[in-house]
Amino acid sequence: MTQQVLNAIFIGSIYALFAVGYTLVFGVLDVLNLAHSAVFMLGAVITYSLVVLHGLPFLPAAIIAILVCGLLGLLIEFVALRPLRRRDAPPIAALISTIGLALIFVAIVEQATQGTLFSWLWQDGANSVRFPAGTVPNPTYHVGGLTIEGTKLGILGLSVVLMLVLGYVMRFTQVGRALRAVAENRRAATLLGINVDRIFASTLFVSSALGGLAGLLFGLSLSDISPYIGRDQVELKGLAVIVLGGMGSIPGAVLGGYLLGLIEVFAFVRFGSNVEAGVAFAALFLVLVLRPQGLFGARLRERL
Amino acid sequence: MDFFIQLFTDPVGFYNQHELLIAQIGINALLAISIFVTFYSGQLTLANAGFMAIGAYTTVIMSLYLPTPLPLNILVGALLAGAIGFLVGLPVLRLRGVFLAIATIGFVEALRLGVILNVPITGEGQGLKNPSADPLGGIVPILISVPILTYLVWRLTHTRLGQAWAAIREDELAASSNGINVPVYKMVAFVISAIVAGYAGALETHINFFVDPTEYSVTRTIQILTFAVVGGTTNVIGPIVGAIFLTALPEIVRQFAAYRDVVNGIILILVIIFRPQGIVGRGGLAIIAPRWWTRWRTRERAAAAH
Repeated sequence: MTQQVLNAIFIGSIYALFAVGYTLVFGVLDVLNLAHSAVFMLGAVITYSLVVLHGLPFLPAAIIAILVCGLLGLLIEFVALRPLRRRDAPPIAALISTIGLALIFVAIVEQATQGTLFSWLWQDGANSVRFPAGTVPNPTYHVGGLTIEGTKLGILGLSVVLMLVLGYVMRFTQVGRALRAVAENRRAATLLGINVDRIFASTLFVSSALGGLAGLLFGLSLSDISPYIGRDQVELKGLAVIVLGGMGSIPGAVLGGYLLGLIEVFAFVRFGSNVEAGVAFAALFLVLVLRPQGLFGARLRERL
Repeated sequence: MDFFIQLFTDPVGFYNQHELLIAQIGINALLAISIFVTFYSGQLTLANAGFMAIGAYTTVIMSLYLPTPLPLNILVGALLAGAIGFLVGLPVLRLRGVFLAIATIGFVEALRLGVILNVPITGEGQGLKNPSADPLGGIVPILISVPILTYLVWRLTHTRLGQAWAAIREDELAASSNGINVPVYKMVAFVISAIVAGYAGALETHINFFVDPTEYSVTRTIQILTFAVVGGTTNVIGPIVGAIFLTALPEIVRQFAAYRDVVNGIILILVIIFRPQGIVGRGGLAIIAPRWWTRWRTRERAAAAH
């Protein structure tokens, strides 16, 4: 059981890291970025491709992948979000245009096989692959009957540090204050001389870089990599996480991520793997209906 | 191009060669009608795939275990989808905007992963063999249903009910202060949408030998949403045009068939940015309509205004 809880914490870190990016964009731009899961998938795919197809060592590959994912965030902002904001379109329109981008990203990877246009990115079509053993050193520790893999421990440490840094930036720096001001009231922030467009672009960059990082960590130690890992593994669970924690709340997303990890593990231990898959959505549904401001009592948003 | 040449020179051969495509277009048109009804009342609900699943599974399970005739099974499937739509709508319709969309997505996945994959009678992950499958005969009810339902929903949008929906869509607060019972009208739209989706799901099993639970995921709902967005939701014709266009497109441009999702994504983004009212929106057809048509429409409207 303790081993299961430990696993819940590892998978929870990934959920949290992914959901923080989701909720950041929602909090600042009021837009649900459904391309986030495709960026998550590309984080894993790009790292894999750099390591396996192009022979880079893991660390530089990971850094490049994270940066590319950040740039994809800018692509999302410039292609799918900014034109709609210029027109003052309702938030639902932006949700739909990000769905469009997600379709494109997934389909490009899914159709890439050897000898096609995108074979430099991916050659396995719709199949699943794994990082070759030994891509990163993975010592295994045995502590009091528990098995702890080094990579998973690294994931936990990295996620906690990153989320603390993000929390610090949001709370105590000039950028963070500007971000929160824009989230609070876009118009007032503009009048105070904050460059709102630049804030939006950097939000998308950071959010997508975090999403890509979550993806590559997920692919490194918890799962196979396929074009569908974003869509099937985290897209909707990420929604469940940010709803659990209260939409737009970063601490809420972190707590929600770990909470979902725990709920899933308990459902798995108690009822088996079939129920585990549905439990996130049952939780999502219940929280939205019973407590739409989220479990941790973030302030009720006015549109709700 | 051959596609169109054959359509006009040899319609019978075209029909025989593309029966499955035509049936699929019909099913998708019904689903487009289903999402149109909730869209028209100003709600983005994404539960359609779930209601399809209810219609489909009910029909097939009844054909497997009961001696009832198929039309009755289909009817029961559609009505059960409506009933469950009512129960789901009670809590969910209090939500708005993005939250409503997320809650309905939660419903679809909880139904698929939590119920369908865990209840033995649905065949769980294996799916169900459909004893009453009839791919050729199944097209007939589909082709009959599409125009009838289109007409019914089109009429509906011109009744008091439709006007109430439009009022809610434009401004919920104003609608409610004008004495429109907003929750009731929203619920009516949601239940009608559920019934139509359940009916489409039930009819679809008729042309398939197999009910596969992976068909009823959020991916399907998003596909249905694409029909509505690309076609436009000013009137019921829009989503249907969207469904026909997007279903037939991979057949028309065969070389892009593998990249259909790339094409769909690009179309979706272009439409939402440059033509938010859809292909068939206000003045949408004016681009291609002949001048006499536009003139006639204007005169009609002027007459109606008096």
